[in-house]
Parts: sequence; C-alpha cells; structure tokens
Amino acid sequence: MTPLDPARIKRDFPILERTVRDGKPLVYLDSAATSQKPRSVLDAERAYYETCNAAVHRGAHQLAEEATEAYESARAAIAGFISAAPSEVVYTKNATEALNLAAYAFSNATALHGIVGNPRQDPRFVLNSGDNIVVSEMEHHANLVPWQEACAKTGAQLRWLPVSDDGRLDLASLDTVIDERTKAVSIVHQSNLLGTINPVETVMARAHQVGALGVVDACQSIPHMPVRIRELGADLVAWSGHKMLGPTGIGFLWGTPEVLDAMPPFLTGGSMIEIVEMERSTYAKAPQKFEAGTQMVAQTIGMRAAVEYLSALGMDAIAAHEHELTGYALDRLDALDGVTVIGPQDNVNRGSAISFTVDGLHPHDVGQVLDSRGVAVRVGHHCAWPTCRRFGVPATTRLSTYIYNDRSDIDAAVSGILAAQEFFGVS
Amino acid sequence: MDLNGLYQDIILDHYKHPRGKAALDAPLASAHHVNPTCGDEVTVDVAADAEGRLILGYQGQGCSISQASASVMSELLEGASVEESVKVREAFVAMMHSQGNVEPDEDVIGDGVAFVGVAKYPARVKCALLPWMALQDAQIKAGLMAPKEETR
Repeated sequence: MTPLDPARIKRDFPILERTVRDGKPLVYLDSAATSQKPRSVLDAERAYYETCNAAVHRGAHQLAEEATEAYESARAAIAGFISAAPSEVVYTKNATEALNLAAYAFSNATALHGIVGNPRQDPRFVLNSGDNIVVSEMEHHANLVPWQEACAKTGAQLRWLPVSDDGRLDLASLDTVIDERTKAVSIVHQSNLLGTINPVETVMARAHQVGALGVVDACQSIPHMPVRIRELGADLVAWSGHKMLGPTGIGFLWGTPEVLDAMPPFLTGGSMIEIVEMERSTYAKAPQKFEAGTQMVAQTIGMRAAVEYLSALGMDAIAAHEHELTGYALDRLDALDGVTVIGPQDNVNRGSAISFTVDGLHPHDVGQVLDSRGVAVRVGHHCAWPTCRRFGVPATTRLSTYIYNDRSDIDAAVSGILAAQEFFGVS
Repeated sequence: MDLNGLYQDIILDHYKHPRGKAALDAPLASAHHVNPTCGDEVTVDVAADAEGRLILGYQGQGCSISQASASVMSELLEGASVEESVKVREAFVAMMHSQGNVEPDEDVIGDGVAFVGVAKYPARVKCALLPWMALQDAQIKAGLMAPKEETR
C-alpha cells in the first residue's frame, strides 16, 4: 500500500489551484458535501462528447454502438469498484433518487396491490396496516423523508433506532424496534453529520431475521473506504457519484438481482419497457427497468474515470490517509477552548466528516470567518435536522476531508476558528 | 474579504445586546419563520396600543446577522404606526436586495443601514430578512397592515 501524497494529488484538481476572497488560496474542507473533480474525469466527459456522443441502447449507427459500449463498460467498472456484477447497478440521478426508488417500490407496490388486472406484487413490498419501516436518528433527510412519504401513503408506521450521546447507533432496542411487522430497514453506513460508521451488517441481519428488506445509504462510505458491497448484508445500497470525484447528475442503486427483479418500476417511460400497447406495458429486466428516458451518459463516462482514479490510489490507502487526518483533526479540535465535537470523539469506526460547535458562536458566523480566510466548510444542519435536534444544537460547523487534504488544511481551519473566537470576542 | 464590512460594529452590538427580545404576553398574532438551510428561527409577536401603534416582541436563535436584524427591527418599529412599519420594512428589504449597491437612508432604517454590507453576500441575505418576513406575516395575521398591502 503506497501512502497518499496529497501535494501531488492536488495538482490533478484544477479547481484547487484557484484563489478565493481576494487572493486567498482555497482550502477545501467540504468534500462530504461534494468532492472536487480531477482533470481525468473532466477530460473523460469532454472526450465522450467530442468522439462518440449518441443515444444509448437504440440506433444502429456506429456512434450509438460506441456510446452504448462506453455506457455499459462504465457500469461494469463502477460495479467492479464495489465487487458487484454490472447488472446489479442501477444508474440514478443521485443518491436521493436511488433512495426514493427504494421507498417508492413499497408505496407503488402497495397502491398496485389488489387492483383487479394488475400484475401480482411481491408481498415483501406491500405495506399493510400495522406494518412498519425502520430508519435511524442519524439519517440524512434523503434517507428519512422518502420513508416518511411511503408511510404517509400507506398507513405504515415509521420507527427509528436512537443515537447515543457519543454519536453511536444505540442497538439496545434493535430487537424491539425491528419486529415481525417490519417491512423495510434503511440505515446510513456513515453519518454525514456525526461521522459515525455504523455496524450495518448487524442491523441488516436483524432485518432479514424478521423478513424485512434492508437498505443502506452508503454516500459517505463508498467514497472513503474499500466496500465489498455484499459484505454490508443489504438488499439495496444507494450512493452518489459526485462525492467520489465523479460528476453531478449521477447516483447509484445496487441491489441483489432477486430483489431488483421483484421491485415495481419507479420512473416509467421510454427505454425501460419490454412491450407497450395502448392499454398496458411490460417492463425490461433490471437495471434497464429503472432507467427510463435518456440517461446521463457523459456522467457515466466521467464516473468510470473517477473510480479508476480512486482505484489507482487504492481505497485502502485512501482510508488510511483519512483515518490519520481525522485523528489529527480531532486532536486539534479537542485542544481548543469552547469547541465541542458532535459525534464520536474517538477515532474508531469513524469517518472524516467532523461536526463541531463553538461556544457563543453560531456556525454561520464561524463559517463566514473561515470563508474570509479561504477555508471552505459546511455550516447548518447538513440535511440531518433531527440529528442536530437530538444533540440539542440548531446547527454545526462541519469540516470534511478527502484525498487532496493534508494537515496544513486542518491547521488552516483551526486558525480560522481561533480567529472567529477573537473577532466575536468569545475567546 | 472585508469581515468588518460584513459584521459592522452596530450588528455585533445588537447581536451581543439584543433589544426588545421577549415574547409578548398577549399578542394579536405571532409568526414563526425558519431558514430551512441553516435552522435559524425567529418568532415575532405583534399587538397594537390604543392609537394603533405597534407593540413588538420576538424570540429566536440563530446567527449574528439574523438575531441582530431582529433586534434592530424591534428597536426601529416598537411604537411605530402601521404605515411607518411598512415604509421601513420596504426600505430594508430593498436594501437587502440591492447587492450592496445602494446608499441606505439612515433616517428611514436607522441602525438597519449597518446591514448594507450583508447584502453583498447572497447566502446571508436570508438571515437578515428572516425577522422582517416574520413580522410581515404576523402583521397580516393580526390585521395590522396598510390597506395597500392587505389587498396584495
């Protein structure tokens, strides 16, 4: 395993050369929101448009063949990155759409169920009165609101696993929250707000014990650590491309072939069909069943370049680099008066997203002072408002690192926090 | 970037020493507004005295900009007539939408002029407007609006 060399990696990212706020070098510590993109990803998208842009899976001309080949070989590369088969990976617009696809499988199957003339729906997706769906108290809104909607449409009950004071999933109630009436369990692998890495295998095992389907939100884990997808023990896994060097406009849903086959479609229209008549239609096999309309072809090509870039560095090396940097950041924050980390303070089963509060200062104001020094962090509730509420804070400041960050970036953030305390007179 | 231009002393002073920050015992109406991007919130209470002059109260939590803005608003509009309150709010809102390219009139918006620097930061404009939008909402609910606003 070759250790990462952030100084060399930075040179592959054109945006990291720019300055902000009157000539300050950019210190980018917001990769949990979206990562920056290396030149190879940008070049791959451009090359696609310059050489073989065409509609995929239709057309008989050479460009269409080449575009289809590029689109499907990108799928194979992305699947290979998580040790999956290509047919198990569905392209979506983003992770939010992937999670909605999963949640809509339940509300759609429930709506379709029992209407004369409709195809039989798999009972695992049909929600009856008294059924429930389980999430956790540390979900991103993307893995909470779609399930709230599914419950609202069907009368199912939404339940959640609580979070402990140290920012871990509290599994003491695992066997009571997930019970015989649970139909779906959807849990985040690594919290975008707390940084916690959850034992999703344990939760998925309990889900399967009661016959529920298991879903994992892996947006913050797949970009940062080696993930062999089947080892998560889930039926469905959602994640996004733009947090792992890829373009915006592309996300993924991995599923076991059996479960993808059993799910009703989500978005319907062109390309996802088998036979269409005026009265009704039948649908293609997954993954095409879930890929209605013209797809984000250029983004899949860029995404392939992104996973190739990450694979060349080595996901083990990336995880080791971030683990070291996270430990350093936690130590430096711990040494600051008035600064409290929200989430695990020990660098165990913990990712590189670190949320914190500064006594007497609102995160917006901390972020503004950091921004004035060229340091880009995220402030707010990070689309995990109930998690903030759980910890009694309206919002946090969050720094998050990636392959191009090093200790000097953490030092810049710490200097900025001290400057904010001084500026507002709370030091 | 000029931090002192954004966070003028008037803003920091109102943030650290908020004026009029308390709920009303018997409001005619209240409005609770949140900024969904950051979770900042403010609740504005309105009532009127015998002459129809505004009595204001507010509570809230949030960044220096939103909380100082509430304090400035409270100080400016406590005891103001409905017509004055509309005039001041419209002037403040216009300034916040100016991208910082206007000379605000201190005679109209008083300490509110300190927020002209905030108008240059699109992400913070909402912070400054939060209490003013809540007040507008509360006034509409309470029927304490100038006739032309009621019909909008």
